[in-house]
Amino acid sequence: MPETLVEAQDLRKVYGEKIVALDGVSFHVHAGEIYGLLGPNGAGKTTTVRILATLTQPTAGRALVAGFNVVSDGLKVRQAIGYVGQGTGVDQHLTGRENLWVQGQLRGMGGRPLRRRIDELLELVGLTEAADRLAREWSGGMRRRLDLALGLIHRPRLLFLDEPTTGLDPESRMMLHRQLRLLAEESGIAVLLTTHYLEEADRLSHRIGIIDRGRIVAQDTPANLKARIHGDVLILTCKQEEDVAALTSSLRGLEPVRELQTHGRLILVTVADGAAAIPSLMAAVESDRLARIELRKPTLDEVYLKLTGRTLAEAEATSDAPTQEAAA
Amino acid sequence: MRQIAPHSPPRLDASERSTPDSQAGESVSVAVQTGGEDWPGRPAAIRAMAALVGRLLLHDLRMPTFAILNIIHPLVWLLLFGSLFSGVTHMAGFPTENYMAFLTPGLMVMTAFFGSAFAGMNLLMDEQHGYLDRLRTSPISAGVLMASYVLRAGIMVLMQSLVILVVGWFAGAHVAGGVIGFLLVFVAVFLTGIAFGSLSNALALTLRRHDAVIGVMNFLMLPLVFTSTMMIARPAMPIWLLHLSLVNPIDWAVTIARVGFFDFNYADLWRCLPLLALFAAGMLALAGRSYRRYQLSG
Repeated sequence: MPETLVEAQDLRKVYGEKIVALDGVSFHVHAGEIYGLLGPNGAGKTTTVRILATLTQPTAGRALVAGFNVVSDGLKVRQAIGYVGQGTGVDQHLTGRENLWVQGQLRGMGGRPLRRRIDELLELVGLTEAADRLAREWSGGMRRRLDLALGLIHRPRLLFLDEPTTGLDPESRMMLHRQLRLLAEESGIAVLLTTHYLEEADRLSHRIGIIDRGRIVAQDTPANLKARIHGDVLILTCKQEEDVAALTSSLRGLEPVRELQTHGRLILVTVADGAAAIPSLMAAVESDRLARIELRKPTLDEVYLKLTGRTLAEAEATSDAPTQEAAA
Repeated sequence: MRQIAPHSPPRLDASERSTPDSQAGESVSVAVQTGGEDWPGRPAAIRAMAALVGRLLLHDLRMPTFAILNIIHPLVWLLLFGSLFSGVTHMAGFPTENYMAFLTPGLMVMTAFFGSAFAGMNLLMDEQHGYLDRLRTSPISAGVLMASYVLRAGIMVLMQSLVILVVGWFAGAHVAGGVIGFLLVFVAVFLTGIAFGSLSNALALTLRRHDAVIGVMNFLMLPLVFTSTMMIARPAMPIWLLHLSLVNPIDWAVTIARVGFFDFNYADLWRCLPLLALFAAGMLALAGRSYRRYQLSG
């Protein structure tokens, strides 16, 4: 049984009198594991990470990080963790190398071992060339990578990454993904990652916790989560939106159809075996009304939709004023 | 997920701290200190402090505009006020005929005051860029973190006021008190920097806005200058201003610096030095308190 580095138990966070950011969040992160907290903005991802990183305190509940209580043993927690927050934790008026040097000093490092570690990290995140230029002259992606290096300088056992790729160009994002995977595989570091990108959570995480309105509604491996959909999704695109109702009603009651959802000109049909269901579906509808038909294996988006009644994109769009309305 | 309980019970259960205000602040500061005792080695704290102060001084070195303007400002006063009011030394109570010389220790304190009044901007900048979060997740105590911003202000104003001292020297302002005299001048400048650097940081942590901090400090600046003996000797002051000056920290600092320059009135020195030291310590404590409140508000 690998060591448990994060034990969050029933964390609650209430701002003011009634804004409930966390409504009982519990999960574990084990050594060597990348755990992804997936959810829209405002779901409570950042609040969770900030509590675990000792930046804010829970209203109720308990959390142990590296075995230490985040409320009463903050200093020891901070010794064990690396933290990469949403803002850039980079001092823009220092060079990359100076940034790393300051952070090393704060971690009790110094002298030649620190200089060696700095060179090593600059190499790892591909910033050796730019290391002696002021960070404010860098691109956002470069600063983000320096951020990662800053979080790693003391070889922490646990790394918190709060939305590490938000606002990054695709190239920088790929680069960061590659570095993170390398890190988890080679150094056995545990990573707690928050993201609202499905592919990111899917591709990077060993386990995913889906968080919605301050609660973790499901947690499992990406593969197991996707298995919960019980089937494939066929997406039928109608030529005209007026046809959707008629086509839907002729699909309803068909033998292979498990679930039907409409979405503009789209009809989403959940079936056990997508490829096998296509012929009988085609027989049931006037196929000249269809523009295209697409077979999709379940993704986390379908999982999210099923668990919360909204797609992640819709949850994002309404995150400022969460409502109970299911979108489909 | 249910079997966490058998571990040692937390020293401070979050659910017990539901009362928001001072009580929560008290209990958490205890928790922070408990952690601090377990943290081995003072040298680590000193190393961290040096790195943080060094970082901020590097900023000043790389963007010296503000620091240089803060030196030019008092020099303009020295030139303009020093010439304009050169006749006032005929009034009673001036220790020297040379008004520019009289003005020099006062303007050194002014440099310290104006130079530290906006020290909180550094902290606000760090907060807005997310750098403060990085520092707060590093294993350094709240005290070290807060003190680094204040100490940078203290060091900065020492260097700035040194320029005023040199220029004042050419204008005829010579420190008569020898080594002790220099020491008194620099103590006055340094404590002023610490006191108002702390106040500025406390305001920044409480108001969280640049313009609010600037507004409050601007409001304080001229009244504190003109209810002090910075520009004029005590016996020449109107009586109500003289009374006000007795409770004005800027006047305490000016008085100490002037004792260092002109070597007179030790009664004033023993009145003002403890008061200024106490004021600086109080402001430092206020900054620490504001920081703890800020931590809890996250």
